[in-house]
Amino acid sequence: MNLQTVPLYRLAHGRTGDKGDISNISVIAWNDELFPILVEQLTESAVEKWFTHRQPSRVTRYILPSISAMNFVIEGILDGGVNDALNLDSHGKALSFYLLDFPISVAPDIAARLPDVH
Amino acid sequence: MNPLIIGCAAGFSGDRIDGIEPVVKTLIETNGHALIFETLAERTLALAQLARNNDAEAGYEPLLDAMLHPCLGPCLEHGIRIVSNFGQANPPAAARRIRALAEQWGLRPPRIAVLAGDHLDRPEQLAYLRDTLGPQLDTDRIVSINAYQGATEVAEAIQAGADVVVAGRVADPSLVVGPAMAHFGWEATDWQSLGTATMAGHLLECGTQVTGGYFAVPGLKDVPDMHRLGYPIARLDHNGSIVISKAQDTGGVVDERTVKEQLLYELHDPARYLTPDVTADITKVQVKQIGQDQVAVSGVLGHPRPDMLKVNVFLRGGWFAEAEISYAGIQAEARARLAADTIRRRIGSTLQLRTDLIGAVSLFADDEGRLLAEQAHGHGRDIRLRMSASHDDRDIAETLLREVNALYTCGPAGGGGVRVSLKPRLNSISTFIPRDLAPASWSFLS
Repeated sequence: MNLQTVPLYRLAHGRTGDKGDISNISVIAWNDELFPILVEQLTESAVEKWFTHRQPSRVTRYILPSISAMNFVIEGILDGGVNDALNLDSHGKALSFYLLDFPISVAPDIAARLPDVH
Repeated sequence: MNPLIIGCAAGFSGDRIDGIEPVVKTLIETNGHALIFETLAERTLALAQLARNNDAEAGYEPLLDAMLHPCLGPCLEHGIRIVSNFGQANPPAAARRIRALAEQWGLRPPRIAVLAGDHLDRPEQLAYLRDTLGPQLDTDRIVSINAYQGATEVAEAIQAGADVVVAGRVADPSLVVGPAMAHFGWEATDWQSLGTATMAGHLLECGTQVTGGYFAVPGLKDVPDMHRLGYPIARLDHNGSIVISKAQDTGGVVDERTVKEQLLYELHDPARYLTPDVTADITKVQVKQIGQDQVAVSGVLGHPRPDMLKVNVFLRGGWFAEAEISYAGIQAEARARLAADTIRRRIGSTLQLRTDLIGAVSLFADDEGRLLAEQAHGHGRDIRLRMSASHDDRDIAETLLREVNALYTCGPAGGGGVRVSLKPRLNSISTFIPRDLAPASWSFLS
């Protein structure tokens, strides 16, 4: 069976928070059935690579199976945060939406049932 | 034991005022106990300290009058305690203002408690911080140093009969933990209970972020009536369950998605959410919709509190310069890139410049320009060029503003809408201090 590539936002939603130069991005599966796919593919190293241009010093993934969610804590990603960053968005509020474009491989029967924007 | 019913009517300094009335009304109708206002983001405190330096009676929440106008009278009448960090860098002045407002509005004199101990300026405190931080604690540049205090003094003040509790820097969730400790008579070592109340506080502290704010994505996550989002209300049971809902007859939504997003907001290790009161643990948390706009949260665990208190130090930084100009129509993106290149050739050797092409690549990009360099040149037809830089020397930072302004005549064709801004920067350092070096206290306004 050929797998299909879909953006993460079709499997999950999320939110960014910040403390200093650390960003945390939650990734919450739309339903429990999708969660194992995220755990398998959205790894610490995959996320670190996805954000290469922001040069994170460390990515830690925490898994919360009871709510089918994970929490990425990404250090050194905010160019110094509100202290030093030159970014318009010094808090990194938009970063969850960068992650939500991450490509995930899914079986076609699952892909057909995923929500999408039209 | 009756559950505690507590609402939140501000998630930051500058939050909506018109949402206060509905949440107070709902609290009255449900025999609610307390209303909190969270107005103190990390750097709000430093800005408040700067205001106090200029005026000894300033340095508290600038919207204090507007926040209290819809709620002080009804809350006093119905025994709903108001608990807030709106004292910011000057809780005694905020308390005096509240007393004056009550008199002006013809209300009975409220009993106002003022918390202290967060502001660190005693010699032994500074000596400890100097030992810990070394030369980065540049004494000449210090704006503010505050420890995050906890819920114990909030609880004591409420138990002693305070109608209004005015705090400066307390941990945000402690605004809920304090009323819960007072209501249930919990000990300060009842970790399980304090852990649950802490997560209730965490869910409330950002106001509408749990009721549909900071959430909507049209087509994926729709939110009804965002123009009148309701502030949240928590019902906390003595046995450790929380139900999150919102003010009646308001817009917004409370569902499993909004609650899960807010549960993880600004959280790091879910097994160790540290506050002055407790180490909360949500690794086994359950989130369940139990009715329209009603979500139950259970299974929060609590472990002993950390030994140290978190401290934020703010120092005067340099200057932050930002300047923008727009290009539209044919070759708009190319013209914006040419403008950026022109600026770089003129001042790029004295200022480390960041370039954003708003409409093509901006928020996701990095200060070093790696993403911008990777991105193929596009054909954007409506591009706003933004350039920014920081420098210790105000005059040097200001050159960016002058240079972008000069693009009107000296830059590519058709550049319009120049806007420039120069702001002082605040640098923060986070550290810790032993509790016995930073004791908290409270007293009634005399």
